[in-house]
Order: sequence, then structure tokens, then C-alpha cells
Amino acid sequence: MSDNVETELLLEISDLKTHFRTPRGTVRAVDGVSLTLERGKALGIVGESGSGKTILSRSIMGLLPRSGVIREGSVKFRGQEILGKSTKEMQSVWGREMAMIFQDPMTSLNPVMKVGRQIAEPLMLHLGMNKAEARQTAEKLLRDVRIPEATRRLDQYPHELSGGMRQRVMIAIALACGPTLLFADEPTTALDVTVQAQILELINEQRRDRNMSLILVTHDLGVVAGFTDEIAVMYGGKLVEKAPTKVLFERMKMPYTEALLESIPRLDQPSHSRLAVIPGRPPDLVNPPQGCRFAPRCAYVRDRCLTEEPQLTAAETPGHVYACHYPVGSPEYHERRVELSKVSTVVGGSI
Amino acid sequence: MSGTDNLVTTDDATDVVVADEAVKRRLGWGFWLCIGWIVLMIILAFLAPYLSIKDPNANFIDMSGKGRPPYGPSMDHWFGTDKDARDIFSRTLYGARISLTVGFVAIAFGLLVGGTLGILAGYFRGWFDRIISFVFVILLSFPSLVLAIMLTSLIERSLLTISLVLGVLSIAPVGRLARASTLQYADREFVTAARQIGATNRRIILRELLPNVVIPMGALALLGMAVAIVAEGGLAFLGLSVEKGITWGSLIQLGSEGSTTLQKSPWIAFFPIFVLFFTVLALNFAGDRLRTYLDVKESAL
Amino acid sequence: MAGTGKAHLRPEGEALLRVEDLVVEFPVGRTGLKVNAVTGISFDVLRGETLGIVGESGCGKSTTGRAIMQLPRPTSGSIVFDGQDLTKLDKEAMRAARTKVQMIFQDPISSLNPRRKVRDIVMEPLSIWKRGTKQEQAAAVDKVLEEVGIDPQRAAESLPHQFSGGQCQRISIARSLVLDPRMIICDEPVSALDVSVQAQVLNLLEDLKKAYGLTLIFIAHDLAVVKNISDRVAVMYLGKFCEIGASDDLYARPAHPYTKVLLDSIPVPDPNATVGKVAVEGEPPSPVSPPSGCRFNPRCPNASDRCRREEPILREIEPGHFVACHHPLFGGEAPVSVRSA
Ligand SMILES: Nc1ncnc2c1ncn2[C@@H]1O[C@H](COP(=O)(O)OP(=O)(O)OP(=O)(O)O)[C@@H](O)[C@H]1O
Ligand SMILES: Nc1ncnc2c1ncn2[C@@H]1O[C@H](COP(=O)(O)OP(=O)(O)OP(=O)(O)O)[C@@H](O)[C@H]1O
Ligand code: SF4
Ligand code: SF4
Ligand SMILES: [Mg+2]
Ligand SMILES: [Mg+2]
Repeated sequence: MSDNVETELLLEISDLKTHFRTPRGTVRAVDGVSLTLERGKALGIVGESGSGKTILSRSIMGLLPRSGVIREGSVKFRGQEILGKSTKEMQSVWGREMAMIFQDPMTSLNPVMKVGRQIAEPLMLHLGMNKAEARQTAEKLLRDVRIPEATRRLDQYPHELSGGMRQRVMIAIALACGPTLLFADEPTTALDVTVQAQILELINEQRRDRNMSLILVTHDLGVVAGFTDEIAVMYGGKLVEKAPTKVLFERMKMPYTEALLESIPRLDQPSHSRLAVIPGRPPDLVNPPQGCRFAPRCAYVRDRCLTEEPQLTAAETPGHVYACHYPVGSPEYHERRVELSKVSTVVGGSI
Repeated sequence: MSGTDNLVTTDDATDVVVADEAVKRRLGWGFWLCIGWIVLMIILAFLAPYLSIKDPNANFIDMSGKGRPPYGPSMDHWFGTDKDARDIFSRTLYGARISLTVGFVAIAFGLLVGGTLGILAGYFRGWFDRIISFVFVILLSFPSLVLAIMLTSLIERSLLTISLVLGVLSIAPVGRLARASTLQYADREFVTAARQIGATNRRIILRELLPNVVIPMGALALLGMAVAIVAEGGLAFLGLSVEKGITWGSLIQLGSEGSTTLQKSPWIAFFPIFVLFFTVLALNFAGDRLRTYLDVKESAL
Repeated sequence: MAGTGKAHLRPEGEALLRVEDLVVEFPVGRTGLKVNAVTGISFDVLRGETLGIVGESGCGKSTTGRAIMQLPRPTSGSIVFDGQDLTKLDKEAMRAARTKVQMIFQDPISSLNPRRKVRDIVMEPLSIWKRGTKQEQAAAVDKVLEEVGIDPQRAAESLPHQFSGGQCQRISIARSLVLDPRMIICDEPVSALDVSVQAQVLNLLEDLKKAYGLTLIFIAHDLAVVKNISDRVAVMYLGKFCEIGASDDLYARPAHPYTKVLLDSIPVPDPNATVGKVAVEGEPPSPVSPPSGCRFNPRCPNASDRCRREEPILREIEPGHFVACHHPLFGGEAPVSVRSA
């Protein structure tokens, strides 16, 4: 879709680390992630709960707790390093350049402030609009996010709106100052499927209209499949695979990505189909396992995985990287796959 | 990767256990110091009659020419004596007996009555809850000192009655907390889960709710005990505390009698005040730590 | 009151559970208004069958499940379980009946008492009902814990928060199994779990169902999950059933416009699937004042005047497939009902 648009590198992250000091020890929530994102593109970040998706996106934005955090590496936004910037310096970036939509629209809207004011506030603050202009723009924004009777809604409080409508207001606030990069952290998890479809479509449409970049954080592979250009898979605080969306679904390299996809019940399978499972659970980020972090749960694990940490490697397709010693399609992978299929027919029969 | 394999994925949870211990450690040495002080006070108070300390009621008039009592602190009388030449150190220890008992009985009474009412109100809701909550509101809107003065001036002021009066005052705050935490837990699904396996109300309250509600109330009990001890002191100051026997309150009152006692012989009041202050501080601090610790644990759930 | 029909109920005796005209209302504060959480639904579940109930948030799925357990007692309707009408039982008899129907809840952590040892939690049903000696109870608990993949030794020493979400859900399942129930009502048992863990729990339920000869009611909002585990699926909207049928049929060929909308709204993990079509506008209205006629009419693309006036009744459009709609996607227009004339 962006073939005719000149590509502009908007975001360049290298070796970003975000650690928390806690009584238990240092939590390596994000442990050396490198990423790039072009203007106008949508990047999906997926992974299990606790894999560091939220912390990664907040770390990029610089929205982290004030104390007990170690943040290292580099985050370049439009070629400018923003990692070391102070809160004060970041204030001109937040809202105007980067904005975020949160998971729970109820807790992220101020319950005692009218919707109109919540949208108008950043307009007056960042764009220096006066009250009347801000109100007018707010009304237009509400119309943009398809809220019926926008004029009346300006004077309502968040609790007077339905869940989907509140999320629309959140989106309007995020869009208010025309950011170039929009973060959406599980924007639809709290909503119903029919409303989820509406909201995702709305975000997508606004992104196209405004030539914004989007970072969509979610645990739902279905959501990222339809609405992103690229997908980054996180596991245990690391980026383990990144590829253009189509490539990831069709030619994934990481056994983890494959297992994640296979464990989802699908509508096109008959009922009572046996689901693939990933045994065990995600690693403890205080003492992550040596070598490959997925090794304790991986069906294709070999000795090398336990000692040597796999580095991000480029696959055949441009833009596709993965971190695995024995990726999907390798001879070792096939060999193990054959062994596994034998075992499961034997044991599977004895249930 | 077969079905039966999947059934037995017993993975490790040691990491979480570690976290739990870390939180425990974080109660901190301050907490344990406070608990140490409180325990020391309780032991000393309990053992006072058996310790080889001076008789708290004997008059140690000094004939060697030191003049008239009160005497200041010396090797003989560590905390000095009062104007009747009674040993303040031993009187302070004996005072702990009554002061701590008053604090303890008062809060125990509050926990028993207020806690029970609060839990029942929170669990059963409906009209019972409405009545109980109304009673709590009324109790809370009386100025408690005035209520205490009113009650104590009417009755015979024994250890038990003073404790009970202070206990009555703690019913409403304790009850409100009990009700609030019961409400918070009664809506959790483990209560529904217990009900749907056929547990009776009695069993749900005792086995499911009580263990959860008791802990925040424990924290409040420490604070409440501190309040009761201070309140007893206040009553003593007005001459409305326990009639017979020594309390910290009455010691302080004696030490600040008249207009000149405090200036001329400050030790009479100073040492009891010092002990009272540290005990109340320790109770407050420990209660507060316990509460924050519970908040942390609760959020970890 | 116009029910939603009972054409789909199977002969009495075959069904382990038969619910007729279930109504559950909640008062709205002291306004005199009421939430019509469940309005006149009927369904049955055969022995060994799994019935899935899907629908959007607030449509009354949990209320239906809880009403079967009489938590709280429904406003009206009958619930016949194993030949016994649960709504007519007194408190004591109901307490005993509850041992035969068990429930598993959505939030695995909040459904376990945070301050009791896990093994005691699983033992609790047995000690309430004084089943067997202490040794027998212990043996039964250890057996069922092993079966759901929890180490009994660790369960004896640990509190719930020392286990992961998936493990807590296994513990809940173990607790619901110790009394050897006939039926388990699962209220969104995997919604709070990660996909990888969700698959473990779904497989476990499927295995236990076979091993224990269980009948399941499986409530969820995720259509794919419900399809995976259910034999029959009922689609709910605003306190009513829209459509009920064998799960493979219903998903392959939805007849009710709402079912179609639900299916079209699910984002599928396939980048080639068509996206960008919003299946339906608007959001479900409040159950305090539901629309007249068909409750889906304000959002339905096929709505007609008749839909606004007359409530559709469940009728069979192909063997075992029932729909409550005047203008279904297939199966022909609903015959004009005598009642509405
Ligand atoms: N303030 C904090 N202090 C310590 N650890 C933290 C803090 N915030 C997050 N973490 C830890 O960092 C890790 C990553 O958390 P993050 O919220 O990014 O996960 P996530 O991938 O967004 O998961 P979810 O899907 O559950 O939202 C987790 O293990 C979490 O416990
Ligand atoms: N105790 C109650 N008091 C008042 N209203 C209630 C009560 N329980 C449920 N409701 C209302 O009844 C309706 C149905 O609720 P229910 O919990 O059954 O929905 P659900 O389908 O399970 O939704 P979800 O998917 O969100 O769990 C909702 O509108 C809800 O607000
Ligand atoms: S490196 Fe080894 S353990 Fe890690 S994903 Fe690849 S095969 Fe599995
Ligand atoms: S009855 Fe009418 S409004 Fe209701 S679903 Fe069918 S066509 Fe739509
Ligand atoms: Mg997150
Ligand atoms: Mg529910």
C-alpha cells in the first residue's frame, strides 16, 4: 500500500533493555530488542502474557515508572535519540509525535471530567488552540471516530458511554494532535467481538488516512493477522522472530511461533480436534534459562540450545529474522518432527 | 506431545515462593524491633511481681540527708521516685500491667463484637447490614472522648469496666473494616465455589471468609490497642481511669500535678511518658507495616 | 410472556438436564426497574453431551449457568436435573443436589481461597459431605490432583498464588471432580489464560470428560474455543437463545443473522482472510429495556416490521438445527404465528 510513498524510517531501536530492580532480583522485562519501523506501517507485537510486550512499547515511549528501572540501548525517533531525554523534553513528543491507546478505556479516562474537555485539553496544551477552536476540533474528532450525536457527547461523562464508545473516545484523544506513531496496547481486549471488529477497523482507517505508523500490541494472533504489515514475536523479554505478516504466518522459522499458532482452536477445524499444546510456562525473567529461552518448552531442543544463545539471523525473505538454532524447515527440525509423530501415535492411542 | 503427556505438566513454582519470602523479609527490621519492644513490655508486665524489683507501693524515704522526696534518678532508683518516695521504675512496670491489659481487653472486645457484627453484615447484606451500618455510623459520630467521659463518670471504674468502655468505642471502626473486607471477599468466586459444593453459611464464614478478614483486622488491632492505651492515659489525666492500681496514665498525671511538679522533678512524668510513647509508637508502626505488607501481598494475588 | 420456543427440546428422560422457560431478573437499585438478564430460555443437555453457550458480554451466559446451580434462584422456570426439579427443592435438598452439578469459574485465582493450602481446598467438598474416612479422602484427593497434573505433595504445602493461572484452573477442576459429579458447568474456564495454557486446559477437560463420563455446559465468548469442545452450541443475545445446533453445522452454515455477524467479526489468524468489513454497527442495547419483538432488530441487516413487532420462536430448519428468526439466512421465512395474530 505504501509503494508510491517514499519510505521514511520513523523508529529505530537497537539493543533496548528495560530491567526492573525488585526485591526478588532484576526482572529483565525487555532484554536487548532491536527493531525498525517505517512511516505509515503497522507493526504487531505478539507473545504470551509477561513476555514484555507492554514494557517494550512503554519503554520506547519513555513511559515507565520513575524509580527502579534500568533502561539502556538506543531509541531513535526520526533520526533523533530520545532514550536519554528528560520527562520535560519528552512532553513535546508525547501526544504530538507519539500517542498511546490503552487496554481499559474505563480506567484510562478521567471519570470526573467531561469527554469534550478530555479531548480538548491536549489540543490547547500542545497546539495552542483557544477554547472554542479546541471544542470544535474535539467535535470533529468524535465524528471521525464515528460517535453518533457528537455534539451531545462532548458534555457527557465517561460512565455515560458504552465500552466501545469509550474506546472510541480514547482513540480520539490519541489522534487529537496528529501523532505520527500510535501505540495500541491490547486496544480491544476489554471489548466484545462485534465491537472489536469495529474498533480495529477504525484504527486501521485512521492510520491510512493520516499516514501514521502503528504499533499494535496483542496476544491475539487473529488481530495482528488482518491489521499489520509486520509482526514481531516476543518471548521471555526477547524478540525471537520478526517478519512481514504474510511471511510469518506462511513460513515462520521459530518453533515457538509455530507452536503458538497451532495451539489456537480454529474455526475451520471440526469440533473436538485435539489441540497442540506448549508444555510448561514462560521463563522467569529474573533467572532466564541459559541458551535459548524457549528451550525448556521446545519440542525441537538439542544440546546446543541449552548452552548457546541463538542470535537473530536473517531468513531468505527480506525483513524476516529469527533466533533459533534449528528453525522450522531445517534438517534437524524434520528429523525430530518424524520422531515426534511416531511417539504421539503410540501414546495417543492409549488415552 | 500426546494427550496424556499434557496432563502432567508439573512445572516449577519455586520462583513465586522466592518472591513470597522476599516480601516477608521486607517487613523489615523496624517491624521486628517494634514487635520486640512490645513483647518485652508484655513479658516485663507479666513478670513484674516475680522480678526482684522494688515494691511499687513502698515509700523509700531517704534518711541520709537527701531531703524530702521526690528523689531524682540514682543507682538505687533508676527512674527516680515520686513525691511519696515510691520507685518509679517498678511503678512503670506495674503500670504496664493495667495499661496493656486495658489496651488488650478493649481491642479484643472490639474485635469480638465489632468484628462479628461487621462480618455478618458484610456477608448477609440486606436489612441486617443496613441496621448494623446505621449503628456504626451513629457510634462513629459521637465524639469518642466525650462518650468515654460520660460513661466512665457514671460507673464504678474497675479495670474491666474501663476496658469495656474503650472496647465499645472500638466497635465501630473495627466493625466497619470487618464489613468492608468481608464485602471485598464475599464477592470473590471462591465463596461462590464453596457455596456450590454445598458449604453452609457458617462454614463459609468460618473457613473461607474469616482467615482472609482476620489479617487486615490484626493490623487494625495493633493500631487500636495503641489508641486504647492513649485513651486510658487521657482518662487518667481527668481522673477517670481505673480507681485502684497503677496505670501509665495515672503515673503521668501524678508527674504533672500542680503547676510546678513538671519543672522541678520532670523525671516523675518523663519515664512513664517515654515508655508509653515507645509502646504506642511500636504498636502503630508495626500495625502500619503489617498493613502495607498485606497490600503488597494482596496485589500479588 | 412469549417464550423463545421449545421445539428443540428432546424427549424427556433422554436428557440429564432440562431447563424450561428460565427467567432471571435483577432489580436495578431501588428504581423499580429490572435487568432482564435471562428471558424465557429453554434447553436440554443429554448425558455425556457438551453444550456450548456463546454470546457477547452481558447477554446472560453466566446468569444461566448460575441459575442452574440456584445461585441465585431464578425468577421463574423449571430446571429438571436427573428427574428432580431443582427450583422446587428446599435449602437442604438443594445443598445435596449441588454435589451432582459442579461449577468452574473464569478467574482461576479468585476462585481459590488465597489463604488455604491447595490440597485442603480440593479436600473441602469431601470434608463438607464427610465422604469416607480421612485416609480415603486423602487418597481420593491425591488421585484427582495427579489426574489434573498437580503434584499432591506440592499442593499440600502451597497456597494458590504459588501456582500459575493454568495450574490454578487445574486445581479448580480437581475440586469440582472430587465429589464425582454428573455434570460440570464451566463458566469461561479458559478466558483468563494464555493461548498455550488454554490448549492444555481444553485438552484436559476433553480427557476428563471421557474418563469420568461427564456432561458439560461450556460457557465462553470465544467462538473457536466453544466449537472445539462442544457437541451442540447455543448462541445467546440479550437474554435469549438465537440459534442452537450441532456445532459443526452451526458454524458451517449459520442461519441466524446474529450468529453470522459473530462469526464474521472474529479476526482469524490468517493474513489472507478478508478483513475490513465491519459485520455489524452498534453495540448490544441495555437489558433493562430490551427492544420489542426480536431483540436483535435494531442492529440486524434483515430486520423488517414484523421483527419489531413479533418475537421469533425457535423452530427447526434442518434436523437438530433450530433458529429463532423470522427471516433466517436459510430455511425459509417463519410461518405467521397464531399467537401474534
Ligand atoms: N514495574 C514492574 N516491576 C517489576 N516487574 C515488572 C514491572 N512491570 C512489568 N514487570 C514484569 O515485566 C515482564 C513483562 O511485562 P509486560 O507487562 O510487558 O508483559 P506483556 O507481554 O505486556 O504481558 P500481558 O500480555 O500480560 O500484558 C513481566 O514479567 C512483568 O512481571
Ligand atoms: N447480581 C446481579 N445484579 C444485577 N444485575 C446483574 C447481576 N448479575 C448479572 N447482572 C446483569 O445481568 C446481565 C447478564 O449478566 P451475565 O453475567 O449473565 O452476562 P454474561 O453473558 O456472563 O457476560 P460476560 O461475558 O461479561 O461474563 C448483565 O446485564 C448484568 O449486568
Ligand atoms: S534454539 Fe533450540 S530450543 Fe530454541 S527454539 Fe530453536 S530449536 Fe527450540
Ligand atoms: S427476527 Fe428479524 S430482526 Fe431478528 S434476527 Fe431475524 S431478521 Fe433479524
Ligand atoms: Mg501487556
Ligand atoms: Mg459471564
